[in-house]
Amino acid sequence: MEKVMRLASEKGVVIFSKSSCCLCYAVKILFQELRVNPGVYELDQDPEGREMEKALTRLGCNAPVPAVFIDGKLVGSTNEVMSLHLSGNLIPLLKPYQNLS
Amino acid sequence: MVLAFDRNGYSNPISQREMQTTKRRFISESEHVVRAQFTTSRPMGIYEPFRQVPMWKNTFENDHILFASTSTIVDVEPNQENKVDVISRASTAPPSSNEQEGNKPLDDKVQRRLAQNREAARKSRLRKKAYVQQLETSRLKLAQIEQELDRARKQGVYLGSTSLSSSHIGNFGTLNSGITTFEMEYGYWVEEQHRQNSELRNALQARVTDVELSMLVESGLNHYYNLFRLKEDAAKSDIFYLMSGIWRTSAERFFLWIGGFRPSELLNVVMPHIEPLSDQQVAKVNTLRQSSQQAEDALTQGIDKLHQTLALSMASDPMSEGGYDCQMASAVEKLEALESFVNQADHLRQQTMRHMSRILTTHQAARALLALGEFFHRLQALSSLWAARPCEPA
Repeated sequence: MEKVMRLASEKGVVIFSKSSCCLCYAVKILFQELRVNPGVYELDQDPEGREMEKALTRLGCNAPVPAVFIDGKLVGSTNEVMSLHLSGNLIPLLKPYQNLS
Repeated sequence: MVLAFDRNGYSNPISQREMQTTKRRFISESEHVVRAQFTTSRPMGIYEPFRQVPMWKNTFENDHILFASTSTIVDVEPNQENKVDVISRASTAPPSSNEQEGNKPLDDKVQRRLAQNREAARKSRLRKKAYVQQLETSRLKLAQIEQELDRARKQGVYLGSTSLSSSHIGNFGTLNSGITTFEMEYGYWVEEQHRQNSELRNALQARVTDVELSMLVESGLNHYYNLFRLKEDAAKSDIFYLMSGIWRTSAERFFLWIGGFRPSELLNVVMPHIEPLSDQQVAKVNTLRQSSQQAEDALTQGIDKLHQTLALSMASDPMSEGGYDCQMASAVEKLEALESFVNQADHLRQQTMRHMSRILTTHQAARALLALGEFFHRLQALSSLWAARPCEPA
């Protein structure tokens, strides 16, 4: 859990993912489109991946991945990210981290 | 108006049941007529080809008796001058004393009636020929359809909303109760959608109050949200069924994107009907459209990635994937992701509708819902027209 929280705070935008997960890929693409470079941690490539998955589930994620953190706080999974984006509330959160085009 | 002629040539309009009895009486008096099965329960009247089948069938079996004229009672038009004699006679029957009415000399009246009889017999023969041809074509078509069904069954397709009647084809191939339920509920959903649309149209025309209108808008939106719930359940039963769009009509299927319509496309459908919009509304709608498109793109690329990785995995030698079981297990895991994609796509659709309903006024929202409903309705009509196109000869 500490590892998760530590990693989540290392960058403004962090995504916990799995290299085999295509929904995670979709979320990464979305952030790319929004000109953000999130820190990505592939749990299936981390020796402590299993524990981290459990920790994420305990934090309230239905699916452990993708798990998106902004400013060290858990935003949620694909559902929450999409909802935020459609309501126009995602971009304001990402503003400080958007790359200049 | 239906008339019957008695032996003396007098006509009187009679009841259906009377006709039935009259007809049977005439039949029994003629020795050379093959008795067909008549069901008294069915009303007689206008020429009904299907009723004639038993008679013609008997005819084929007893080929020494040619039933040339039918015992149909023809619907007579009031302005018709030449009234057709409805009394049936077997043309090959030698004139019996019954039909000749004793030894009366053949006068003009009888001559005329015989001529009319011949004419009726001729027409009947032509009708029969046409009907038999129709039967032949139908038989071929049926064989074709059975072949198609067989093929489709092997592919595990649920033959719900094709041009074939959905409710009766429930027991083909792999029976999946979740999908059967979905098909049934979707059928009801479409009916309800049409009803709600009519109600909305009437309400707009009648210029009802905003309060009433907002209730209709609320129901309309909830109705769509219900569909997404139905789809969520169906996705658990058979994701491929849902993604194939086979449960929708063909023209609707043409617009398929991850199990339904693209939210941004639906926004475009609705736009012309909600103008004029305030500047603020325009800005909000544009932002919504852009966000939706970005989200759609992301999901599309996600599915494409799924295609790629699955294809790569299936194309590889099992040995390089850790063995056959391992390869298959990982492939199954990939397919399980499809359910999430469809759910996300539906989530997108729902969110887009929700946000639009907040941006628009009640009246605009009502017009938008009506436009959407009519768009789907027209696509459904288009599908029917398309399916009914006459087939060109090969």
